[in-house]
Amino acid sequence: MDLLADGGKLPAAFFAAGSSSFADFLAGHRPDLLPGRRLDLQPGMTVEAPHGTTIVAVTHTQGVIVAGDRRATMGNVIAQRDIEKVFQADEYSCVGIAGTAGIAIELVRLFQVELEHYEKIEGTTLSLDGKANRLSMLIRNNLGMAMQGLAVVPLFAGYDHDATDLAKAGRIFSYDVTGGRYEEHSFHSVGSGSVFARGALKKLYRDDFDEADAALATIHALYDAADDDSATGGPDLTRRIYPVVASVTADGFRRLPDSEVETLTQRVVDERMTSPGGPNAPLRPAGNGGDNR
Amino acid sequence: MSMPFGYVSPEQVMKDRADYARKGIARGRAVLVMTYADGILFVAENPSSALHKVSEIYDRIGFAAVGKYNEFENLRQAGVRMADLRGYSYDRTDVTGRMLANTYAQILGTIFTTESKPYEVEMTVAEVGETAAGDQLYRLTYDGSVADEQGFVVMGGNADAIATRLTETHREGLELGEGLRAAVAAMTTAPDGGEQRTLTADALEVAVLDRTRPRRKFRRFTDAQTESLLA
Repeated sequence: MDLLADGGKLPAAFFAAGSSSFADFLAGHRPDLLPGRRLDLQPGMTVEAPHGTTIVAVTHTQGVIVAGDRRATMGNVIAQRDIEKVFQADEYSCVGIAGTAGIAIELVRLFQVELEHYEKIEGTTLSLDGKANRLSMLIRNNLGMAMQGLAVVPLFAGYDHDATDLAKAGRIFSYDVTGGRYEEHSFHSVGSGSVFARGALKKLYRDDFDEADAALATIHALYDAADDDSATGGPDLTRRIYPVVASVTADGFRRLPDSEVETLTQRVVDERMTSPGGPNAPLRPAGNGGDNR
Repeated sequence: MSMPFGYVSPEQVMKDRADYARKGIARGRAVLVMTYADGILFVAENPSSALHKVSEIYDRIGFAAVGKYNEFENLRQAGVRMADLRGYSYDRTDVTGRMLANTYAQILGTIFTTESKPYEVEMTVAEVGETAAGDQLYRLTYDGSVADEQGFVVMGGNADAIATRLTETHREGLELGEGLRAAVAAMTTAPDGGEQRTLTADALEVAVLDRTRPRRKFRRFTDAQTESLLA
């Protein structure tokens, strides 16, 4: 990569004033490096590539938890059993991805640089809504690929320091393939097993969850997703492969260590030995209006 | 053969440009970059908390500059773009201070000889290593000269006097607080027997590249943190 091709001068793009977006800089200076741009697909052509499956996010009073199973599938084949689909985006946000794994991982890498680049150029961080909007734009740029079956569907979550009620500072955003951005409340899930995970969370979620409750709820939800969706991987006890669980609170991003996730998972699996369907929700709550199980 | 009217020798042109740049740089307040036990310490006399003289370029690389703000800010942003582009297209570990220093040197050299006016800037690119032996300080001057400095770099107004004083107090393996106090003591040295100045935390911009931190080593200190380190 010879930057100084032009007699000791950097190309003008490096000195452009007023732009703090790395993606815009790439689009102007090195469009070939943008995710998916290097694939030249003809109309009607499809590519078989590994797909990531289920991501869940649950808010709680201290922030938000995002978790993902570890399976990637290609048709009926398990392409990878220990893929990681939940990533730190910056100090106070994280992103989980479902869809075409190769493009999604590259898109996350670009998103991470985008946030850090803004921070370094401007000397300040973007607002959580600003971050969510930047991700929208990156997904919209991938629409061409999505039309040919290489869609990326992320779930973005973070801690919003500007929230008026800090007990609701954990926020979740979902996206469609056209870059449409939707704020989700309480919990959400994307990917092939999301229908089952969301069903589980609907019964499990309570708005007084703390971090540990929310983490446990995500493990239950992923277990239920794997129970009914063949593309979602359940906890692999023999190989000790457990979901990736990430937490974002006022203290920043933290990936729960494997030992912690192992304990949670073991607890869920033990419970399911006696009750395969998981915790039972009471059919008739006893006059408790706040209990939305 | 008589010289054409208005002829100025190349030596004179270069000398005039160098004098012009040096004057501009010496007008600014001092910035000091030095090694300490856990990495590299930046101390700048800068009352503004928004317009920085010291900043982060990449995981292990920091930038400090004196002179004309718009000129070094322009170079800083180009540096961030260079580093992020390289890290994105290769790998984060492939972004090095040496690469940045080389590119800056060529840019400054080209501007010095071809533009109508040289940049009135002096900059330091610092890279923190895994161990103290891996710490690097590259000093870049307005004409594109680059020097690999040991221990510390002082730039800007009154730089020589500050450097002389710091030679006496700086040593390898200084603790953070010790280093900062030594830096501030050197910066408040009275120029030419004048009165000793005082510098409080709110007039200082302090940051470190701390090798004990994960991934991004750069960290800026708040006035309160600076104050407690100075005490």
